Amino acid sequence: MDRTEPGRPPHHVLSVLVENRSGVLARVASLIARRGFNIFSLAVAPTDDPRFSRITLVVDVESSPLEQVTKQLDKLVHVVEITELDPRTSVERELLLCTVAADASVRGQVVDLVQIFDAKILSVGIDCLIVSLEGNPQKLDDFEDLLRAYGIVELQRTGRVALPKLEREASGLRAVKERAS
Amino acid sequence: MKLTGAQALIKSLELEGVEVVFGLPGGCILPAYDPILDSPIRHILVRHEQGAGHMAEGYAHVTGRPGVAMVTSGPAATNLVTPLCDAYMDSIPMVAITGQVSTAAIGTDAFQECDTVGITRSVTKHNELVMDAQDLPRVIREAFHIATTGRPGPVLVDVPKDVLQNTMDWWWPDSVDLPGYRPVTKADPRLVREAAKLILEARQPVIYAGGGILKARAAEALKELAELCDVHVVTTLMARGAFPDSHPLCLGMPGMHGNATAVAALQRSDLLITLGARFDDRITGKVDSFAPEAKVIHVDIDPAEQGKVRRPDVPLVGDCRVVIEDIIRELRAQLGQGASFPDRAAWKSRISGWRETFPLTYEPSQDGSPLKPQFCLEMLRDLAPEGTILTSGVGQHQMWASQYWRFDEPYSWVNSGGLGTMGFSVPAAIGAKVGRPDRTVWAVDGDGCFQMTAQELVTAATERIPVKVAILNNAYLGMVRQWQEMFYEERYSEVYLSPDLPDYVKWAEAMGCIGIRVESPEEVQPAIEKANEIDDRPVVVEFRTDSSEKVFPMVPAGASNDDLVLAPGQDRRGL
Repeated sequence: MDRTEPGRPPHHVLSVLVENRSGVLARVASLIARRGFNIFSLAVAPTDDPRFSRITLVVDVESSPLEQVTKQLDKLVHVVEITELDPRTSVERELLLCTVAADASVRGQVVDLVQIFDAKILSVGIDCLIVSLEGNPQKLDDFEDLLRAYGIVELQRTGRVALPKLEREASGLRAVKERAS
Repeated sequence: MKLTGAQALIKSLELEGVEVVFGLPGGCILPAYDPILDSPIRHILVRHEQGAGHMAEGYAHVTGRPGVAMVTSGPAATNLVTPLCDAYMDSIPMVAITGQVSTAAIGTDAFQECDTVGITRSVTKHNELVMDAQDLPRVIREAFHIATTGRPGPVLVDVPKDVLQNTMDWWWPDSVDLPGYRPVTKADPRLVREAAKLILEARQPVIYAGGGILKARAAEALKELAELCDVHVVTTLMARGAFPDSHPLCLGMPGMHGNATAVAALQRSDLLITLGARFDDRITGKVDSFAPEAKVIHVDIDPAEQGKVRRPDVPLVGDCRVVIEDIIRELRAQLGQGASFPDRAAWKSRISGWRETFPLTYEPSQDGSPLKPQFCLEMLRDLAPEGTILTSGVGQHQMWASQYWRFDEPYSWVNSGGLGTMGFSVPAAIGAKVGRPDRTVWAVDGDGCFQMTAQELVTAATERIPVKVAILNNAYLGMVRQWQEMFYEERYSEVYLSPDLPDYVKWAEAMGCIGIRVESPEEVQPAIEKANEIDDRPVVVEFRTDSSEKVFPMVPAGASNDDLVLAPGQDRRGL
C-alpha cells in the first residue's frame, strides 16, 4: 500500500520537544485539529532527560499551512523546540505487530517472509502467528503488503520515531539537547 | 510558614502587585473568598462573570497592568469564555482564576463541574490546572509572566476546591523556569539594516500602526520614527490613539470602515512599514488585491504573524518599541553618512488631495428629523474633558466612535477589535474607570449591545464607579440592518429592537444611575454637559438616533479595498 497517494499533500515529520507535563499532548493535537489537519501518526515518550518528552508527528499538509502550524505550536508554552525532519537527512524507525493467518499449509511461507525481512515471531497459535518487525516505515509497508496475502487478523503499528542523521544534524536540535542536559 | 492554598493564592496575587480583582464567588472558589477579606486587594463584585472578564480587560487596556478576574467553576468558567477569547484576539494581558471541583471529583460530572482547561485551551495564551497547593505560587508567578510578556494575552489558572483548602509550606519562586517560553524582543540587526534601506528608498511609504504599538508602550518611538522619516501613519482600530489624530502626519483609521485617505494610502503605497499590526481581513479587504505594489516591513513580537497573511520582505520579530528604536538608530547613522530620503513631494500632494476631496462626511439632520449619531459623537468629543477615555461596544456606534472621536493620546480608546464582542463597552468602561479613576470614562454603546451587559451598571452604582454611558438608540441591530439594506435588498430580518422597550431612562434609574433621554439636536449639548458634571454615580444618556443612518465609507466584505463605497453624494473620481 502506497501511503503517499498521488494528489495527496505530502507527509511531513515534525519532531516536537515538549515539557513532560499533563495536557501537553492535548494542546499539540488540538492545535493541529483546529485547522482541520489530520495527524497521520504520532509517537510520544520521555527523552533521556525525564523533564522532557519528544513527540514525533507525521501530518499530511502542504508546506505553507504547515509553516503556520509549526509557528503556532512553537507558541505553546510547554513546547520547547520543533524541528521538521526531512526523511532524506534523518533516521526513522517504526515497530509493527501483526497477527497473521498461517495454518500448517502456508506457515512455512510466512516463516520465510519473517526471515527475509529479519522480523520476529512472538507467538505461535494453531492457525495464526504473531510477528513483529522493526525498521523504517517503508520496509514495514512492504512487509504488511506481503502478509496481507495470507490474511491479516490484527495489525498494530507504533507510528514513526525519528532523529536527524548524525553527519547532518540540525543545529537547532543539537542546541535543544545541550539546553536540556 | 503554613498557609492554606487559598491564602497562598491571594498572597501570590498580592506579590504580583494586584490591586483589584473583578469577580463573583461560588461553591468551588469559596475558600479563596475568605482571605480576600483580610487582603488589601480590592474586590469588585460583578453581576455576571462575563462582566468580570471585560472589566479586567478594560482595566488592563488603560493601565498596561494585567487585569484579574476570579470566578467559580462550571457555568462561571463558561461565562468567562467570551472575555478570554476577546482578550486573546486583542492581546490583552489578563489572569483568570477559576474554581474547580475537588481533585477527587474531577471527571465525575460533579455539580458545577466542567473541563475548564479543555474548554479554554484555544482561547488562552496558556492555562493550567493546579493539582497541588504547593504549586500555587509557581503557577501564579508563571501566569503573570506569560500574560504580560511577549505578545500579551489571557492566562487561566484552574484551582480545585481541595487545593484551596489544603495546607502548603509558603514559598515564592525567585524566577520563572519555562524552557519553552522565551519571547524574542530584539530583531536581527541585519534585518534592521535591510528595513532602513527600504525606508530610505521608498517613494510612497506608509506606516501601518497596529495595537502592538500600544502593547509595547511604543507610541513615543512611533512618533519619532514618523517625524524622522516624514512618513504618514494610519492607525488601525486597535491602535487609535497610538499616534495623535491631530498630528499632520496622521491619516486615521484604515479598513472596512476606514476613511478614504487611509485606505487609499495603504492601497497605493510602495512600502508598508507595518508595526504591531496583523493584516486583519477588516484592514486588507480582499488580500490578493491589498496594497499590490507595496513591499512590506513587518515588525511583530509574534513569529507566527510573520507571513500569516502577507509575506513580508523584511520580517522583524521583536518588541515593537525596541525594534523601532533600532530602526531609528540605523536610519540616523545612515543619514549621518550622507544618505537621504528620495523626493516624496508627489506622494504627499496625492495624500493631501485625497484628504481634501474625501473627508468623512454625513448629512446633518433636517429640522424635526431624527438625531444623527455622528452628530452626537462629535458633541461628546467636543465636550469631553481632557484625557477622557472612550470605550465602545461593537457595531455601527463603534465605527462612528472610531471615525469621529479625536484620539490624541495612547490608552484613551478601549474596544473589542478582533472578536467583536457586543456588550463589551459597559463592563470595559467600569474596568477602565477603576484603573484610571482620575479620568472621565465614556462608554459609547448601541441599544443592542447595551441590553447584553447593562446589569453591570448595578456593579458600577454599588461600587461608586462613575462611568458615563451614551446609548445611540436607533432601535435596531444597526450594523446588521445596514448589511441587510445594502446586500439583502432591504429584506430586514430579525433586526428590529424597538426604541422604547426597554425604557432606558427608567432602567438606568432602577440600576442606581442617572438616566437622561435626548431626542432632538438642541438637547444634545445640555445633556452631555450635565452628564460630564455628575461625578458620584453612573450616568446613562440615551440618544434617539436615526435608524436609517449607515456607516461610510465601506469596503463590502470580501471586496477589494479599491472598491470602497463612499458616503452618498461623494464622488469616487480621483481615488
